[in-house]
Amino acid sequence: MYATASAVPARETRAKRRRRSQSISAWALLVPSIALIALMVGYPGITMVWQSFTDYQVRNKIQGTPANFVWFENFTKILTSSDFPAVLGRTIGIMVLTTTLIMIGGILIAVLMTKLRRGMRLLVSVGLLLAWAIPPLTATVVWGFIFDTEYGLVNWALGALTGTNDWHNHPWLLNPWTFVMVLTIIVVWGAIPFVAFTAYAGLGQVPREALEAAEIDGAGGWQRFWSVTFPAIRPVLGGVLILQIIWNMKLFTQVYALQSRGGIAAETNVLPVYLFRQGIGEFGQTSAIGMLIVVIMLAISWYNIRLLLKDDDS
Amino acid sequence: MTALQTRALVMPTRRVRRSPASPVRRPANRVLFNIIGAVVFVCSVFPVYWMVNLSFTPGNQIISRDPSVVPREPTLRNFVTAWTRPAAPGQTDFPNALTTSLVIVIVVVIAALFVAFLASIALARFAFRGRHAFIVGILVVQMIPGEAMMFTVYNLVDDMRLMNTLMGLALVHIASVIPFTIWALRGFVAGVPIELEEAAQIDGCSKPQAFWKVTFPLLAPGLVSTGIFAFMQSWNEFTMALLLMKGSNLTLPTWLNSFQSATEATNYGAVMAGSTLICIPVVIFFLIVQGRMTGGLVSGAVKG
Repeated sequence: MYATASAVPARETRAKRRRRSQSISAWALLVPSIALIALMVGYPGITMVWQSFTDYQVRNKIQGTPANFVWFENFTKILTSSDFPAVLGRTIGIMVLTTTLIMIGGILIAVLMTKLRRGMRLLVSVGLLLAWAIPPLTATVVWGFIFDTEYGLVNWALGALTGTNDWHNHPWLLNPWTFVMVLTIIVVWGAIPFVAFTAYAGLGQVPREALEAAEIDGAGGWQRFWSVTFPAIRPVLGGVLILQIIWNMKLFTQVYALQSRGGIAAETNVLPVYLFRQGIGEFGQTSAIGMLIVVIMLAISWYNIRLLLKDDDS
Repeated sequence: MTALQTRALVMPTRRVRRSPASPVRRPANRVLFNIIGAVVFVCSVFPVYWMVNLSFTPGNQIISRDPSVVPREPTLRNFVTAWTRPAAPGQTDFPNALTTSLVIVIVVVIAALFVAFLASIALARFAFRGRHAFIVGILVVQMIPGEAMMFTVYNLVDDMRLMNTLMGLALVHIASVIPFTIWALRGFVAGVPIELEEAAQIDGCSKPQAFWKVTFPLLAPGLVSTGIFAFMQSWNEFTMALLLMKGSNLTLPTWLNSFQSATEATNYGAVMAGSTLICIPVVIFFLIVQGRMTGGLVSGAVKG
């Protein structure tokens, strides 16, 4: 389209020149993004790697004195400390619990939506969209109040249902186990719509013919789902699953806000909140914790990155 | 909503044409499914409804431990309190936090869209060495949880003398939304067939002219929905705002957090009113873009 050259050698050099000029303009267009990412992600990232091997503290920052290189001291200190392994275990536990419930709930609701008539389906969609749109912090505040010790709806309802005073001023957030229960409800409530809608869209792409053929061959409803529908939507669910794992590994807002409503922070911390609560001071150690989080997250995300790259190539 | 979440959602796609499996015929099953559907609806909506309900309920009725389905004596006093009272002694009030949030969000949306738009043109319209490396880099940056670096970012912002300033938090937000805005816009630009531009060039346009006059107008919906996602992310962002902003510079989420921890028990109505106010713009924007939200992940994965 551009090349209108007549002589063969001339065309070649022109093509080469054009490619080079294309390359230059492309990189020129990328400069602002690269500069911003380098400044706000690259620089702190490299600083974090470096500082995680030093004993850099707020004192060094104020006095301007250099920190000492301490090799892996920060990492051994963290990994052998009393609370970090517990926090990591709790983070993974909550991740597994919430992810499982979200995936199962989301898929079931998606299947349900295919069974509903139009009006009812619209109603369910509107409800899910509303739940999806609510900011996590607001959701936590509202759910936190529903489970409030004194004026919460749950305690009132349980009291009215059982007709006793057992649930009077029951502190749901004080016990780490019920804290996790409330947290799970908040997270699952907020995340199910995404899974449900994505799975629903995936179900729409399941080939009708295959389902009909299976039906003619005598497959029952469950069998059809398991051997036709499920394999067809598995790639979609795989992507969603990875995203859920990542998001549920780095919960912050819900945990933090719920803690400030009456949870015991030391017994309910998850990784990012734990890091936040280290506060400003031991930059070497907080960097090391950050490094551990990044490594864990990238290891989990690797599959997802490859999936997205495949998408780009096609 | 996190960067990741939004990124997954915003990927543009052809609309999935679907013909849902036929609704169930047997009446007994239909009733059952309708009941389950109603339960799902109620569970999804209930907390939102309860928030709005309490925001109109007078404080003395909230603490009377006798909840009612609709406020018996609806009042706007909670909204007035939420609007006028400082979050905590020495901290900002709602209008101030609203201004702070709006300024930051507008700066973030404009800057992120502009920068990401340039990058997305490069990725979607140019073949150049390093393209693949750049995309991998974007995805890796996207996967790094920003929270992990919170204290080094804190130090960086401090070193730039931007601590507790709108500019400082806006920079942090811009950097955190840029990877996904690039990724999303790249898809939108690639979705406009290059043949359209080529046709315009044959008709005598220069290359930039062809892009500007043919492709750009077709990108408007993509820019709007990507912008709305950047908006929602910055509007809802909590962690870094909590770390970087103090006193009179609180954003809305940090205002709400202070407000709910500081106000005494009698003011739950005001907390709910504040929550409701914060939700309104997000819900509106969310409903505008919801049509584009699913499907991206689907088509990409199914195609694989």
